Amino acid sequence: MSALTLVEAVRTALARAMEEDPTVLVLGEDVGKDGGVFRATEGLFERFGPERVLDTPLSEALFTGLAVGLGAQGFRPVVEFQFDGFMYPALDQLVNHAGRLRARTRGRLGCPIVLRAPYGGGIRAPEHHSESPEAFFAHVPGVRTVIPSSPAKAYGLLLAAIRDPDPVVFLEPKRIYRAFREEVADDGTALPLDRAFLLREGRDLTLVAWGAMIPLCLKAAERLAEEGVSAELVDVATLKPLDTGTILDSVAKTGRCVIVHEAPPSYGPGAEIAALLASEGLFSLLAPVARVTGFDVPTPLPKLEDVFLPALADVLAACRAALVHR
Amino acid sequence: MVEIASFRIERVEILRADGTLAAPLPAWAEDPSELVRLYRAMVLTRLYDTKAVNLQRTGRLGTVASSLGQEAVAVGTAAAMRPEDVFLPSFREQGAMLWRGVRIEELLTFWGGDERGSNWSGPREDFPICVPVGTHAPHAAGVATAFKLRREPRVAVCVVGDGATSKGDVYEAWNLAGVWRLPMVTVVANNQWAISVPRSAQTAATTLAQKAIACGMPGIQVDGNDVIAVREVVSRAIERARSGEGPAIVEATTYRLSDHTTADDARRYRDDAEVSARWKEEPIARLRAFLVGRGAWDKDREEKLLAECTREVDRAVEAYLARTPPPASEMIDHVFAVLPRAMAGQRAAILRRAAERAEARAENGSGRP
Ligand SMILES: Cc1ncc(C[n+]2csc(CCOP(=O)(O)OP(=O)(O)O)c2C)c(N)n1
Ligand SMILES: [Mg+2]
Repeated sequence: MSALTLVEAVRTALARAMEEDPTVLVLGEDVGKDGGVFRATEGLFERFGPERVLDTPLSEALFTGLAVGLGAQGFRPVVEFQFDGFMYPALDQLVNHAGRLRARTRGRLGCPIVLRAPYGGGIRAPEHHSESPEAFFAHVPGVRTVIPSSPAKAYGLLLAAIRDPDPVVFLEPKRIYRAFREEVADDGTALPLDRAFLLREGRDLTLVAWGAMIPLCLKAAERLAEEGVSAELVDVATLKPLDTGTILDSVAKTGRCVIVHEAPPSYGPGAEIAALLASEGLFSLLAPVARVTGFDVPTPLPKLEDVFLPALADVLAACRAALVHR
Repeated sequence: MVEIASFRIERVEILRADGTLAAPLPAWAEDPSELVRLYRAMVLTRLYDTKAVNLQRTGRLGTVASSLGQEAVAVGTAAAMRPEDVFLPSFREQGAMLWRGVRIEELLTFWGGDERGSNWSGPREDFPICVPVGTHAPHAAGVATAFKLRREPRVAVCVVGDGATSKGDVYEAWNLAGVWRLPMVTVVANNQWAISVPRSAQTAATTLAQKAIACGMPGIQVDGNDVIAVREVVSRAIERARSGEGPAIVEATTYRLSDHTTADDARRYRDDAEVSARWKEEPIARLRAFLVGRGAWDKDREEKLLAECTREVDRAVEAYLARTPPPASEMIDHVFAVLPRAMAGQRAAILRRAAERAEARAENGSGRP
């Protein structure tokens, strides 16, 4: 066991996957000698060589499609996008090909690819470097969208994503890439996909979040505990397919739900979860389902980022508002 | 077998790295005051870049991309344009933006994390800095199409990097420009690197200029560290486009002497020896040597210019640092021409959050909520 940061856990999982399976390839911009702009692939080029770690020419549309071809040929390409804001060209390949190659060919060709990207705000980055595009990907049939919230989750979920036979978009919350360390055993044990994790048990209220919003919600839960409120925390982890059971069970118990995400609210993942509760959990609700999110505006540059991103005060305010309903 | 197509790519060099002439000067460059204008613009750009990097290092600016060593590409390109042309930069063309009237304070505002920096006082039709690599090339084609449809003698000038030439967007724009004979000139700022990826890993082609051939337009290479050659070659391409003869690509070969951005450490992937060797070719020293040789420049004038440009940068930095932060309503008030009624609630929520953040800051004295 060693205490790793989230980005180190990603690197460790990549190395483990490459070690155990020679079909795993790492592709992208600056993933070779440079080790990726966040150093997530540092050392892999030296260790696995230029036929396993490939710097591509600068084109996201290209390397997404390239992965589809490699995947159909039995490789397991793990593609790195440098930043969230440069993922949008991947949508064509994801919607028209990656997500439906298996279905179109009735199982004849698969698409075992992983698209990794640092995502989200909070690091005062330039324009197009702080986006939360998870809803776009979660909307694509045939594609999984997975977001780890800690080093151990990153390690286990990335291994699972790489071993999975279908396409996975793996969004890494860059704000917590190096925010804290966690003991991670590099023993090749994957965590399950399609399952939410109950990170904290409580009776009065359910917080639902993912990625960098998890540490924030943990803090909120601790603060609420000081006020005598017992909050449960669900880490969604796989946004699609959504583990509805864990969320419904939790809200059946607590009767209140606050969903927290950075992305804009409209048609966002929070809306999906709220709809789930409206259709399948209505009779256990004691309070309206609340969402704490960004706004329906382009992610602002750093000077206004703090206003856009949900903060502890916003989460606490939403929780207190839900608790008014007794 | 018959040969049905062949091509040749020319390279233009006028001023050698040592400041001597490799070819005759164009007529406009016989006037030393014209050259001094170009020299001043490059010096100002370098001082701005140096200051911007320092501001970033001291926590007063966000990540920023220096154009150290590439000043001649931006300045030469802008000097070849007319004010009414439209410029579509990527993110390393500050030299051109300043030439066209964007203010240093506005550039700093943008890189300091405030969109108001892109609503500049200068060339109102010019496009903002484009960070997603190469995605502005189709915009240049659109601007050029507008000029063509309105029969205006104007040209869309876009700058992309060597890395950007690998993007479909860029090829697609060039392809259309060729088919529609658009008044669009693309300057490829080939600084040999796309972060850690060398030019040789982007394309197997000998030059980037030759990519023009497949799109049915001329492509030419120029020594991008020679501001005289850049201005001359880009100017010919622009005037040709203006007269209705269609688009062109100018590949300006240069070298990125700085890290990719302040977030990069280039020593991870390239040798110091390579960089030192390239310092001998940088654009400012060679033009200075030439001007000195012509008796048009000396130590006094150099010192005066440096003092003047430093003052200009310092004043801009003061103005930037003194600028009041953007009100939170900024983030929503320009999303649509008129705020949709349905978004009024979000606007109020934004203002509420901003007020709470300010209160929290005042309470705990910290910058972050
Ligand atoms: C579409 C896209 N992908 C990735 C990036 C991250 N990135 C920023 S600059 C850059 C390299 C660009 O190289 P080049 O086009 O040669 O321009 P230069 O930086 O050398 O000026 C990369 C990969 C980006 N901004 N946009
Ligand atoms: Mg380059």
